[in-house]
Amino acid sequence: MTAAQTLSTPPEIGGIGHSVPRQEDARLIEGQGNFLDDISLPGMLHMAIHRSPVAHARIRGVNTEAAAAVPGVVAVVTGELMAQHNLAWMPTLSGDTQAVLATDKVRYQGQEVACVIASDPYTAADAAALVEVDYDVLDPVTSPQQSLADGAPLIRDEKEGQTDNLVYTWESGDSDATDAAFDSAARVVSLETHYPRSHPAPLETCGIVADINSVTGQATLYMTSQAPHAHRTLFALVAGLPEQNIRIISPDIGGGFGNKVPIYPGYVVATAASLLLGTPVKWIESRTDNLISTGFGRDYHMRGELALSEDGRILALRADVLSDQGAFYSDAQPSKLRAGLFHVVTGSYDFPSAHVTCRGAFTNKAPGGVAYRCSFRITEASYLIERLVQNAAYEIGEDPADFRLRNFIKPEQFPYTTPTGFVYDSGDYHTAMRKAMDEVDYTALRAEQAEARAEGRLIGIGVAHFTEAVGAGPSRTFDIAGLKMFDSAELRVHPTGKAILKLGVKTQGQGHETTFAQIVANELGIPVTDIKVVHGDTDHTPYGLGTYGSRSTPTGGAATAMVSRKLADKSRKIAAHLLEAAEADLDFSAGVFSVRGTPDRSVTIQDVAFAAYTNMPEGVEHGLEGSYYYDPPNLTFPYGSYIVVVEVDAETGVWKVDRMVALDDCGVRINPMIVEGQIQGGLTEGFAKSSMQWITFDEDGNCIGSNFMDYLVPTAWETPRFELLETCVPSPHHPIGAKGVGESATVGSPAAFVNAVIDALAHLGVRNIDMPVLPDRVWAALQSAGGGVG
Amino acid sequence: MEISVKINGTPQKHEIEPRQLLVDFVRSTAGLTGTHIGCDTTSCGVCTVLLDGVPVKSCTVFAAQVDGHEVATVEGLKSNGELHAIQKAFTAHHGLQCGFCTPAMMLVGAAFIEENDNPSDDEVRWAISGNLCRCTGYVNIVKAIQAAAEERRAQ
Repeated sequence: MTAAQTLSTPPEIGGIGHSVPRQEDARLIEGQGNFLDDISLPGMLHMAIHRSPVAHARIRGVNTEAAAAVPGVVAVVTGELMAQHNLAWMPTLSGDTQAVLATDKVRYQGQEVACVIASDPYTAADAAALVEVDYDVLDPVTSPQQSLADGAPLIRDEKEGQTDNLVYTWESGDSDATDAAFDSAARVVSLETHYPRSHPAPLETCGIVADINSVTGQATLYMTSQAPHAHRTLFALVAGLPEQNIRIISPDIGGGFGNKVPIYPGYVVATAASLLLGTPVKWIESRTDNLISTGFGRDYHMRGELALSEDGRILALRADVLSDQGAFYSDAQPSKLRAGLFHVVTGSYDFPSAHVTCRGAFTNKAPGGVAYRCSFRITEASYLIERLVQNAAYEIGEDPADFRLRNFIKPEQFPYTTPTGFVYDSGDYHTAMRKAMDEVDYTALRAEQAEARAEGRLIGIGVAHFTEAVGAGPSRTFDIAGLKMFDSAELRVHPTGKAILKLGVKTQGQGHETTFAQIVANELGIPVTDIKVVHGDTDHTPYGLGTYGSRSTPTGGAATAMVSRKLADKSRKIAAHLLEAAEADLDFSAGVFSVRGTPDRSVTIQDVAFAAYTNMPEGVEHGLEGSYYYDPPNLTFPYGSYIVVVEVDAETGVWKVDRMVALDDCGVRINPMIVEGQIQGGLTEGFAKSSMQWITFDEDGNCIGSNFMDYLVPTAWETPRFELLETCVPSPHHPIGAKGVGESATVGSPAAFVNAVIDALAHLGVRNIDMPVLPDRVWAALQSAGGGVG
Repeated sequence: MEISVKINGTPQKHEIEPRQLLVDFVRSTAGLTGTHIGCDTTSCGVCTVLLDGVPVKSCTVFAAQVDGHEVATVEGLKSNGELHAIQKAFTAHHGLQCGFCTPAMMLVGAAFIEENDNPSDDEVRWAISGNLCRCTGYVNIVKAIQAAAEERRAQ
């Protein structure tokens, strides 16, 4: 249990607040997990993709003869063949179209040009290398600035009415009020920074086994899908398959982090191939396939400004973003929100005006813009405001923590409406930050820093306080490709009191099979170990939009609590019948109904379940089951205060984390062990992005970072140790007060790490180093600030 | 070509293609899918198996090279119906989330504690530094391996 929570069930039931061991572990520790590549069907063929080696070129011709001649090759699929079936292009999740297999041009290195279907994966890969494509190479566009400059090559020349490389413009907030605030400001602090392109790189790559029965028309698609129901509907709409015949099975997923939300060309070709050949077709990405072609995150070029009053209060914020979208606009985000939830950029601070503008630009890079372990574009927003606030404190010569404490939204201001229209549900930012500061003994730390500086050592203390916005819907605001964002749960209690819970959301390691059972256990008193959680099979689970954006607990978790309460209501009727008492006279606690005042007259939830099938009161429907579709009234707003201490080596620019304290408030914690595991993982991802992990391109558009030797993700050796703290201010509108946590640490921590390095150099006048804060960048900043050694 | 190999203690003979990678042999030919594929470049380590007791990345070993040798995979960790200490420790310390890197991490950990049954935090981190995990931030993996080492010590 956590310090801030009380338990309403004993450990043997294992409801909310218990660190129950995970139910999913048993199969995973014995090698009995069922991941996509573990699926093998009789007669199954294997697919490999031939990808473009160049970033921008017109296709003069595709010669498949040599590939088709390889023994074991069954078919070579080209864009021309896909076009005959009207499948050469497909819609993206953001209303654009994307080439499935290129017909006219290739628009990024790694784009899919042809697919080989063969008897085994080795043969498929061999033959894919033999596809010959005649390219007329065009000038590549490798930055969004270049993309929007006059005379830039037109990337999307096939798009009707598209005369430049602009994808969209979008704004939020009040420009007049913001301008007025800036006009009256005593000081203005500005920052230009690039949040670099990053790739979620789950250790399991993406894949599909498409199995279409030519007789029955049944299409069973095993997919690495974070959103199986949405994918089923999209397959029905795009491929014209009858939806009742489509069954998406998303088996165990080896990490997703947003990478497994979109539909990729490989899925479409494998499905079409299975349909045409009448046999199952498997496609599994190689790591290079994964890194160079599937959904990346970030790539936001941001400019931010804060208007400050004479007494150090924030008056207004202005932010302008240029987003590098790649060759197709395929952000996986709510369709009404071009920049996702970036307008949450006002962060944890109380000020009246803000104005945010965003432009997207096509470039000759892989498409993407997925919410990589963050709610939609929130990590970019959180990074910008927390970097700006840090610099604002330096500008007025104040401690960055004190500056934050003065400008924070106060506890009594919740629910708080931000200048861009979010309504924050609950929070106590001051308590959170002070607790984190106490933990590190902030005052003493600053004194140590000053002493170190006097000795010529560079110590930095980075502070960040983030507010996330997670749990989309409500459906009135949030939809993906027109599909409304709510979620669902279906609960059935069997006669022996054991239960099966079916979810619309889908775990990729978050532990749903345990935490969602704990919600049922908490509400009904059925032990966690008596509850089976089913998810990821569209034939056997209710509709939902899937797991990303920390939405599972806010939506699916709420649906689980609500359906449990429905069953508790019915159980009360049955218990009243069994106890021959009035419903109103019954107490219900930890799975036992007892007559108030005479506690020895009681029945258990198991007795009630048996009676639901054997001894029902007159006029009550048999069975004990139900479903609930939960449309949240608002987002939830988890937050946290992070403090990082680093030491920078002035000779080399290498920095090392000496300490990191992370306080998270995600409302009620269902399983504290799992929550802490999520935070540890999220902090590591935040550290990765701030220190080493990015995808870059050379001037020809070659992707640098196409494998794990060039795309650095941290090992145990580089990963710092993190100290976790918590507070608990429940969400007032969530049925169990939970807010969601999977992504908080990835959202909040990059600014803390970078602020720490900047803080180490701040006395030299350094105000920015872009992520990743590589040693050579630190060294260069030191040199230009005159603080370098050697 | 034919190879003879002992897999998880059971001697077997298999007809293989000379170019077949050990990881594909283990997964497809021997049917042991607990060993995974994550990168093809010997970087991520999810394909780790024990070759004569020593962890190797099976994406960079040919199946032909294990002729006459002994291979152990995650499916062989349990013995006589009893989970290996490392398996119990990974569950007890929440050392896994998605579970994709877990079989390899456990094999590396199991081999490591045979050599060092009282490892420091740094020693464990160095031992598993050839294996990536994207979910856990490693801290609970380190705790699990130390706990398994403690149990090994107590034996």
